[in-house]
Amino acid sequence: MEKKIIATTSLAGCFGCHMSVLDIDERILELIELVEFNKSPVDDIKTFTKPVDIGIIEGGCCNSENVEVLRSFRKNCKILISLGECAIMGGLPALRNGIPIEECLNEAYINGPTVGLNTQHILPNDDELPMLLDKVYPCHEIVKIDYYLPGCPPSAELIWDALVALITGSKLDLPYEVIKFD
Amino acid sequence: MTNKIKIKIDGKEIITDQGKTIVEAAHENGIFIPTLCNFAGALPKGCCRMCTIKINNRFMTSCTTPAAHGMEVENNTNEINDFRKGIIELLFVSGNHFCPSCEKSGNCELQALAYRYQMMVPRFPYDFPMKSVDGSSPYIIKDQNRCILCKRCIKTIKDDLGRHYFAFKERGHKLEVLLDEKMGKEISSALAKKAMENCPVGSIIFKEVGFEVPIGQRKYDHKPIGSEIEN
Repeated sequence: MEKKIIATTSLAGCFGCHMSVLDIDERILELIELVEFNKSPVDDIKTFTKPVDIGIIEGGCCNSENVEVLRSFRKNCKILISLGECAIMGGLPALRNGIPIEECLNEAYINGPTVGLNTQHILPNDDELPMLLDKVYPCHEIVKIDYYLPGCPPSAELIWDALVALITGSKLDLPYEVIKFD
Repeated sequence: MTNKIKIKIDGKEIITDQGKTIVEAAHENGIFIPTLCNFAGALPKGCCRMCTIKINNRFMTSCTTPAAHGMEVENNTNEINDFRKGIIELLFVSGNHFCPSCEKSGNCELQALAYRYQMMVPRFPYDFPMKSVDGSSPYIIKDQNRCILCKRCIKTIKDDLGRHYFAFKERGHKLEVLLDEKMGKEISSALAKKAMENCPVGSIIFKEVGFEVPIGQRKYDHKPIGSEIEN
């Protein structure tokens, strides 16, 4: 069987979901028999070099760069998976949703108790920096997502079972304990 | 002596007492009908619509409908299950239900129902409403982000004189369940604990003790909600 190509990325996430992928332990040796990684922090390939079968997205979209990366994943991947609570519903970063963006920036850079060094009260505004979005968006509100794996992080069992089922085309029968939102 | 009546749920005949609601009859006979706002010992309200069933091709709430002799009820069908899943999804998008940071996670009925109906993602867009958190009581945190307005706390948490600690405020999309400011300061720790237990979600949190039961030992960690009823 030809190896499937996988790409992964962490948008507005904490890399916890990527850590959970590593929790498959020694099965990672089986995984590399089944798949080849392309653009991913796992192998540090920065750009897509070939068409990808499965794209795995961790984290929601909190800034313009996240949106751009997510759209490039949709363009280059046949199947996209939202991995974890942040990709599915915005997660922890989405706690800022509902608070005006100006208020968030003022709290973080001007009024917060730990901003003593910012004596000139500067808000980050360099052209190099991606623009913050008005709120944190779940991935499926930006592009079409094909599958969702919930959890914070999703358990290694869930990731492994889902990936193997997807790669080998076998039926996915998830036990009750595997799907958890926390 | 009470009159016994026969009803059919999904083709299975059960015997129950006249005057019981369909939900009571079903649960006594080992058939699970999901509920959220319904609470044993309190008057049913029928507001969450989780217990929706079909009788004579009409949707009804089984917590408010008394069982009648010869009734044929549809409960566990694809159509009704999808309807219920839709309600769970609506509740998830209309509040801020961030499970990983919630102390009720694992013991939460809304979350447990989402597991049971295998909600991977809500089909509706997230609302992300701006809600407040009230921590003025010495024993209770009332978090409006997670409140599903089921009224269970209003109905069941009262003082010796029968006065309610919780009450509705405003109407429509502004509707909130508030803890009375004065009574909230005087609530006993036992009653505050009961309030947290009676809340189906994590909207009422008991202060001082947190995350007491470790992951893996919580109510819905290993068995789906309703499995204690089903036989």
